[in-house]
Amino acid sequence: MADQNENGDWTSPDDVQFRFRDDEVISVPAVTVDSFKDQTNAQAVRIEPGDDARDLLPYLDRLSLVEVNFPAFTDGRGYSAARILREAGFTGELRAVGEVLVDQVALMRRCGFDAFAPEKKLNEADVEATFSRWPHVYQATGDGREPIWKLRHG
Amino acid sequence: MYKYDQYDQAMVDARVEEFRDQTRRRLEGTLAEEHFRPLRLQNGLYLQLHAYMLRVAVPYGTLNSAQMHALGDIADKYDRGYGHFTTRQNIQYNWIKLEDAPDILADLAKVEMHAIQTSGNCIRNISSDHYAGAAADELIDPRPYAELLRQWSSFHPEFLALPRKFKIAVIASETDRAAMRLHDIGIRMVKNDAGEIGCAFYVGGGMGRTPMIGPLIRDFVPLDQLITYSEACLRVYNRYGRRDNKYKARIKILVHELGADEYARQVEEEFALLLDQGIEPPLAELERIKAYFADPDFKSGLTEELDRSDPDFALWVDRNTHAHKVPGYVSATISLKPTGGIPGDASADQIRLMAALTREYSFDECRVTHAQNIVLPHVEIGRLHELWSKLEEAGLGTPNLDQIDDIIACPGLDYCSLANARSIPVAQKISERFAANGKAGELGQLKLKISGCINACGHHHAGHIGILGVDRKGKENYQLLLGGCEAEDTSLGKITGPGFDEDGIVDAVEKATDVYLSNREDGERFLDTYRRIGMDPFKEALYG
Repeated sequence: MADQNENGDWTSPDDVQFRFRDDEVISVPAVTVDSFKDQTNAQAVRIEPGDDARDLLPYLDRLSLVEVNFPAFTDGRGYSAARILREAGFTGELRAVGEVLVDQVALMRRCGFDAFAPEKKLNEADVEATFSRWPHVYQATGDGREPIWKLRHG
Repeated sequence: MYKYDQYDQAMVDARVEEFRDQTRRRLEGTLAEEHFRPLRLQNGLYLQLHAYMLRVAVPYGTLNSAQMHALGDIADKYDRGYGHFTTRQNIQYNWIKLEDAPDILADLAKVEMHAIQTSGNCIRNISSDHYAGAAADELIDPRPYAELLRQWSSFHPEFLALPRKFKIAVIASETDRAAMRLHDIGIRMVKNDAGEIGCAFYVGGGMGRTPMIGPLIRDFVPLDQLITYSEACLRVYNRYGRRDNKYKARIKILVHELGADEYARQVEEEFALLLDQGIEPPLAELERIKAYFADPDFKSGLTEELDRSDPDFALWVDRNTHAHKVPGYVSATISLKPTGGIPGDASADQIRLMAALTREYSFDECRVTHAQNIVLPHVEIGRLHELWSKLEEAGLGTPNLDQIDDIIACPGLDYCSLANARSIPVAQKISERFAANGKAGELGQLKLKISGCINACGHHHAGHIGILGVDRKGKENYQLLLGGCEAEDTSLGKITGPGFDEDGIVDAVEKATDVYLSNREDGERFLDTYRRIGMDPFKEALYG
């Protein structure tokens, strides 16, 4: 599996193809949510689709990285996980891993992801085009973009 | 009606360019079909038995004449000169080429239309009462709320990979003309004791293979929390809706398995957290939208007199018009169910004629109904005869609204890759049978609905008489259901017993109507008699 390497179930910094952060990429393994509950000094954790992102909320201060795995691009639970973490004030790296595709990365970014480690590298020009395609957005999702209703009414 | 501003137009234009780019990558081979499929579905494009089918969104069923005219032109330019109006108040074209699809979307964008989210596992086009803004019995016009929800749900990044499709309907009268409680979310606009307008939320209704009537989840959501509450409903579903089994993935299963109270509790919890997130548009946005739905310039002092000397015309008025909130006006239904016709189909010329009549007789507005007809919402009573004469001439004057031959039917095995049986020929035969035996007129209101498979696109569960086509050992077989209803007295039909072949089902429908005719009491509809006497007399007639 492309989302694992010989050291275990974590994504190497080299796998990160797109990143919208200025801080250093941390290179510690992300542990599962279950292991994290037992070793709460871990800095990085990985959420699977069935995990409850809210289990992490008491520990957000010491988390630098949350990976959200998309084993299948059609399973949208990771979008809600991302928003829940951002709504609760998580400011660390939120990395989408797994089946992350050209036509989904812009949506993921709107939900709070700021790093992308697709299991198959994406065409950079195609991705650039999707990031710059939408002149406006209809919803407030906490990604900093002003929704259309805000533009209309100030 | 609603008009796009620069922002709405820019979004729809961006969508056209996005889909053009996706189609290019698909045709070049860099985008796999498996990855393209949800993208094309979210632009209304299905791969059917013979060709691609494109479903165009008609938000809350409302169109102006320029839009209606454009739908006729698309039927000529890209299809075979026909369009098919659907039970979701949309229109479908059945013979589309993939490479033409981006151009069709571009043509639609020129008249402020699109095919966004008319399919796929996302929030679909929002439906409403087809008499909205006209009906004498409505509290307020429900469409501004539907439009607010349309904008919120369009391209919502969190909710484009839901467990399954998600349908919302908004109504604002006690009478339900939109099958509200058979939607994933049904919203009824209500007034509370303090005189404030808000929304009652019914969640977890639906048809399909496991039909359910949506329970009330909250009796009053204030208008300045409508979007936030909707978002909470969707988030709970996105997180906990079943993804292990496609047939258990609709929200109705989640609500049923959790119980309505527990689902409501989880929504309240999410809602409380979301209230702090600033996701609710200001009430000023709702006011802005409402201004577009202001009443047209209705005349006062119009005549309510009708010359009934032409019996054909009088019959059409009696059956196909509905009371209007303004004296001197009615809403008139154009039936797309001529005897022996294909329910919901209209030719390009008919569509353009309806566009012209929309402009001339109805303040530039028409509606698509979930029963696959067209409504001119605001017609002067004094001009009805003139309008009817023009409809008659074009084969659009059938006086059968809510009669047995005003059949809802899905496309069935003639077009659909999911179907087990044909629906259209059965509808045609029933329509012809009742025209020939002269009983149609005697039966009064009788809603007959046909689906060609258990996905229930033809609403068979909600028909006073429902027909479900199944595959039985390689042969088409039709089950008969009685007692369903999509209106405010919502109920689900029950299967009478063993199914019938194609001719047998037509006989069975006639036998069921004979039971009604010989048992009915004064003023009873078919449905009322069935509810009073129960299934047994019908079974006896069918199988005894």
